[in-house]
Amino acid sequence: MSESVDLKQHGDSVYVYEAPVRIWHWINALAILVLCITGYFIGSPLPTLSGEASDHYVMGYIRFAHFAAGYILAVGILGRLYWAFAGNEHAKELFFPSFSKKALLGAWHEILWYSFLVKEPKKCVGHNPLATYAMFFMFVLGAFFMIVTGFALYGEGTGMGSWQFELFSAWVIPLFGQSQDVHTFHHLGMWLIIFFVMAHVYVAIREDFMSRQSMVSTMISGWRMFKDNRP
Amino acid sequence: MAKIETFYEVMRKQGITRRSFLKYCSLTAASLGLSPAFAPKIAHAMETKPRLPVLWLHGLECTCCSESFIRSAHPLAKDVILSMISLDYDDLIMAAAGERAEAIIDETIEKYDGEFLLAIEGNAPLNQDGMSMIVAGKPFSEQLNHVAKHCKAIISWGSCASWGCVQAAAPNPTRAVPTHKHPGLPNKPIIKVPGCPPIAEVMTAVIAYMVTFDRIPSLDRQGRPKMFYSQRIHDKCYRRPHFDAGQFVEEFDDEYARKGYCLYKVGCKGPTTYNACSTIRWNEGTSFPIQAGHGCIGCSEDGFWDKGSFYDRLSGIHQFGIEENADQVGGTAAAIVGGAVAIHAAASAIKIATSKTDQGDK
Ligand code: HEM
Ligand code: HEM
Ligand code: SF4
Ligand code: SF4
Repeated sequence: MSESVDLKQHGDSVYVYEAPVRIWHWINALAILVLCITGYFIGSPLPTLSGEASDHYVMGYIRFAHFAAGYILAVGILGRLYWAFAGNEHAKELFFPSFSKKALLGAWHEILWYSFLVKEPKKCVGHNPLATYAMFFMFVLGAFFMIVTGFALYGEGTGMGSWQFELFSAWVIPLFGQSQDVHTFHHLGMWLIIFFVMAHVYVAIREDFMSRQSMVSTMISGWRMFKDNRP
Repeated sequence: MAKIETFYEVMRKQGITRRSFLKYCSLTAASLGLSPAFAPKIAHAMETKPRLPVLWLHGLECTCCSESFIRSAHPLAKDVILSMISLDYDDLIMAAAGERAEAIIDETIEKYDGEFLLAIEGNAPLNQDGMSMIVAGKPFSEQLNHVAKHCKAIISWGSCASWGCVQAAAPNPTRAVPTHKHPGLPNKPIIKVPGCPPIAEVMTAVIAYMVTFDRIPSLDRQGRPKMFYSQRIHDKCYRRPHFDAGQFVEEFDDEYARKGYCLYKVGCKGPTTYNACSTIRWNEGTSFPIQAGHGCIGCSEDGFWDKGSFYDRLSGIHQFGIEENADQVGGTAAAIVGGAVAIHAAASAIKIATSKTDQGDK
């Protein structure tokens, strides 16, 4: 994370996020956006339309968009997991956050920085340690939970014998006791993901202004630039 | 095993014609989802197989399962079923009473050890040494284990025997437990037929299947016969086109309710309930709750009595003292996170501004 930090000079650039990571990030963000909006409207549908039932297919389209985005999320995360092994050292940070003493101290320093208690953040080539924890515990585990419960609900529709049912519904539904609680927790999981996104987007933009390195542009170009010469 | 009459013999004695008998066999084949080719097989089984002895025990319950059972749709079905099995003991409908009745249990155990079927309606309370449910001077819990030890298989009728139901509702003062969680119960196959009550045709068909094929029907992970519990009410609901179209009853007395739109928004639990109501329906196929304009309350699902309102699709969340739903909890927390972000952003802006003046000073 910060082994080589001290060497980074003002104007120095490091290639951090390879193309697959960046493409995945934005496709994933889009999928999550679609999932949250359509998921919310599955839970609390839009006002009723009058006319014949055969004239409309609103819930059908909303649910289709949800399931399509759900597949994109799931396949994307599998691909990203593959890249954690195939890609550079920073590609691992998302799935395997470090809990070394140095990382923990780094996370503590970030907390102090966000609490306005230290004047400056540290430089980080990859993610800062606190970010890796938030990404792992809220996003990776959260998305994993949403995929497992989501496919369990999906399998109920495709029915016994379908792979979705046999792989997911068959054990997830009995685990929760019945389908209603799976719906309830899948629904609550959406809020967890929303909290992550709120904090994540805010922090990404804030750090763009206030940290000592580039942020949003890094996720677009892949290059991390440092703003000063101090270690 | 002692010689008992076959079902067919009993039926002929009751004056039922061979023609009606064969009709019933095709009907049963159809209700089990089997091809017509199976009808002769069923007929053959009934002509040759001895009747299946059944002991039907009643624990803590409301007798709604029995009420449902004796109202099976096809008028023949209930006669047929009642003669297909030899219902040796059922304290609700048997003529014998007192010691005479209780003696039948031991007689059956002696004669058909390991051969008879144990049907349980209701469940056993464990607290106060089981004193909340006494049969013949002893806790029901003891009777249950005693009979279960000698039976071939157990049918858990209804949500009480399958899941616990209202008498097990929190805080469950008598500690009523469903059959499969009853302590000391010998390891016997358990067939759960949940519902409050289960549909009559489902009950009779489950028995017909076991008599005909001499084996228990194939069960899902939770122990329910797949042929009746593998689909949700929502999967076969006749209001489903309105669901897909986004046409909902917004309130119970609105125009859309009169038009028969989908009841999802007024809390229909059809999407999370495994049962056959939307296909077999109730009272000789007359109707079922959704057809009458009321959402499904999920009566065949585990824990349905303890999951908050019957008019909310999602479970209530009690941890906050008052009943809340997922969106209230999530929305409140999102407002807090959003507020925190706004305040933090304002503080950050001030910090940027002040540090700029700092630098200017230097
Ligand atoms: C639904 C929305 C989003 C989700 C779920 C999400 C998720 C993530 C994840 C999982 C990572 C780690 C990437 C990795 O290591 O592979 C990440 C990084 C990043 N994201 Fe997002 N993101 C979202 C939206 C956004 C938006 C809208 C922005 C821009 C304002 C943004 C900016 C960034 C940046 C700058 C990083 C890199 C952070 C660093 O260098 O430490 N994200 N995001
Ligand atoms: C970040 C990821 C996701 C979010 C935020 C999300 C959100 C939601 C929400 C809020 C609901 C409504 C629950 C209710 O009130 O009953 C829902 C339902 C559902 N979701 Fe997701 N979901 C996500 C991922 C997935 C995935 C990966 C799948 C798998 C294909 C999936 C499949 C479903 C299904 C099948 C339903 C039930 C639809 C119905 O009842 O008609 N979801 N989702
Ligand atoms: S009324 Fe209930 S079961 Fe029928 S389509 Fe609507 S939600 Fe599904
Ligand atoms: S519609 Fe639902 S609540 Fe009504 S009997 Fe069927 S499963 Fe039970």
